[in-house]
Amino acid sequence: MTTQKIMLCVIISLMPALVMSGVIFGLRALMLIATCISGSILFEGVCRIIMKREQTISDLSAAVTGILLAFNLPVTLPLWMALVGCFVAIVIVKQLFGGLGQNFANPAIVARIVLMVSFTADMTKWAVPQYWHEGGSEIVTGATPLVTKDASWIDLLTGFTGGCLGETCAIALIAGGIFLIVMRIISPVTPIAFIGTAAILSFIWGISNGDMSFALEHTGYQVLSGGLLLGAFFMATDYVTTPITAKGKLIFGIGCGLITFLIRQFGSYPEGVSFSILLMNIVTPYIDRFTMKKPVGGLKEEKAK
Amino acid sequence: MRKLNGIHLRHSKNTAGCKTEVMELPNEVIIPMNMNMGAHSIPIVKPGDHVDVGQKIGDTDKFLSAPVHSSVSGTVKAITEIRAMNGVCQAIKIETDGQQTVSEDVAPPEIKDRESFIKALRESGLTGLGGAGFPTHIKSNSKTPIDTLVINAAECEPHITSDHRQMVEAPDDVIGGIKLVLKYLDIPKAVIGIENNKPDAIAILNEKTASEPDISVKVLPSVYPQGAEKVLIYNITGRMVMERQLPSDQGVIVMNVSTVAYINTYITTGMPLCERRITVDGDTIKKPCNLLVKIGTPVSKILDYAECDKDRVKKLIMGGPMMGMCAYEEDTVVGKSNNAVLAFEKIAEKVQTNCIRCGRCISVCPMDLMPTDIEKAYQRRDIEALKKLKVTLCMNCGCCTYACPAGRSLAEVNQLAKGIIPRN
Repeated sequence: MTTQKIMLCVIISLMPALVMSGVIFGLRALMLIATCISGSILFEGVCRIIMKREQTISDLSAAVTGILLAFNLPVTLPLWMALVGCFVAIVIVKQLFGGLGQNFANPAIVARIVLMVSFTADMTKWAVPQYWHEGGSEIVTGATPLVTKDASWIDLLTGFTGGCLGETCAIALIAGGIFLIVMRIISPVTPIAFIGTAAILSFIWGISNGDMSFALEHTGYQVLSGGLLLGAFFMATDYVTTPITAKGKLIFGIGCGLITFLIRQFGSYPEGVSFSILLMNIVTPYIDRFTMKKPVGGLKEEKAK
Repeated sequence: MRKLNGIHLRHSKNTAGCKTEVMELPNEVIIPMNMNMGAHSIPIVKPGDHVDVGQKIGDTDKFLSAPVHSSVSGTVKAITEIRAMNGVCQAIKIETDGQQTVSEDVAPPEIKDRESFIKALRESGLTGLGGAGFPTHIKSNSKTPIDTLVINAAECEPHITSDHRQMVEAPDDVIGGIKLVLKYLDIPKAVIGIENNKPDAIAILNEKTASEPDISVKVLPSVYPQGAEKVLIYNITGRMVMERQLPSDQGVIVMNVSTVAYINTYITTGMPLCERRITVDGDTIKKPCNLLVKIGTPVSKILDYAECDKDRVKKLIMGGPMMGMCAYEEDTVVGKSNNAVLAFEKIAEKVQTNCIRCGRCISVCPMDLMPTDIEKAYQRRDIEALKKLKVTLCMNCGCCTYACPAGRSLAEVNQLAKGIIPRN
């Protein structure tokens, strides 16, 4: 395994969702993805040249960031805004901290949050799937099913609902996630803890606000719509910004699930995945400190007086 | 009992079926004085002296030492200084006369009790043949009571098959040696730990130990580093040798299978350690083989014997690919603890990138250390952090470096980090 091969595996795992974004949101989606990838690679390359450091675009990490950022954008977003996102992700979050391995927060997540706060209207315009069938020259937009709850189960699984580019098709995301787990690129602990916590809390909330069928439906929507699967499999498993031990990953996943639930149920934003991952990124050094491995055969350190 | 971490390596035991060949006598041997862990020996012969096979040519009375014997008969040409695997040391250059006349000092030792047994072990010049070269007489002279003798037949490093051939070709020496150690050191039982990739050796040992109630064979999975002392003890007895402890503190002594076999040879013949079995392999070697070579044989002669294309060699390793040492030059000689000579052209060249915190080094470390954190602590020379991370527990197995996708030399940094922790 090399860093490059790991990144290549991540790119491969994102391919099903990438293809589905093209099927669901059309050519413009692919154009947006291409813009984000090339923008990220370009910023990375230029940054390394300006900083007089060795070139790192061949490790493919910038390409991964580009794809993940694009997956977090609505299809109608102007391309220049996407480039602003690339700049934030690569230049500010990644390279200013020293490049690959040195950033404390996930570049794509921070870029999405910056765009969300800066261009809220454009970032919350959800195109109707295959809007070109709706007629007219304007792209028809609707609301996210996370709020409206009007999508069928089949639509949620196949992704024919409103939402960001790469987050709607649950099947494609789960397939990519399983690929990464099978290839031993990511540990299953984080996604299971993240999705599990969010699902259990949503179910409990559902039960306390209605009957069993309402609770089940609510849980299903919470898990399958919005950015939960994308975040849990591809963003909360980023090596650099998440805890390094299995115990740490478990705490990280549970924390993400809890914060996502709290923001979605009680916050003013419909979506809490990005914020939950960012918040947990910030506490990662502390989680790491408290989940340090105990060496085999190590003696307890005598307290220095 | 939990499972210790490790890695699955390609075994590449190309020479497992190669019967040991006796290499012809080199015209010159250079015998280093630092072939054991501990104090160097001091030459007790001078240029011009005639020496015979088995004659003592170097010794010291310092603690942790073992005498050195001539492996050939001939004339001492010079006492020189050489750059051996573990540092610069004195060495005795002997021109062989081809007669191989045996020294008159060579006679089977008289063994009456534990004391005379340990004395004989010292006189044999025996040090661990598995790689570390710990003097066997020191290991045997434990003050704490020992209840288990663990025989290390794991041979977990890729390529090396010298212990394997020992078990297949001379199993009676192995069993005989074990019985001697059990008898004179008053140890109730012995367990031979062997990796499951050597079915022929396992079958032979099972057959030979069937009538020995005190000796058992434990087949272990082929997970590197199965043969690391602490790992082997844990997997066989369930006991963990703690920080600052020796195996004997847990009631265990570990001996390599070739070491214990040699004990039998010495007690019956009285011939000190003058030759050993090594594996010669690698992608530049046309004729991979197991060889019985005289201690002090120049590696270049061995490479010639194995029809090595020397111009293609990019890396010459004394020992296994995981823990062996790179030779600086082909003038290096075979010492007591060299179990292999590997000459490679194709070597894994990883591009070094920043640590991506993937955690692979942590998940493969048999000691549950955190190599990536150790590296960062070393870079800022943080001795307190290094102590807390227990870098001193690292046994340099190299799993972390092997697993690192960013191509970082983690095991090497661990060794450097150990060096900056002050000893007290």
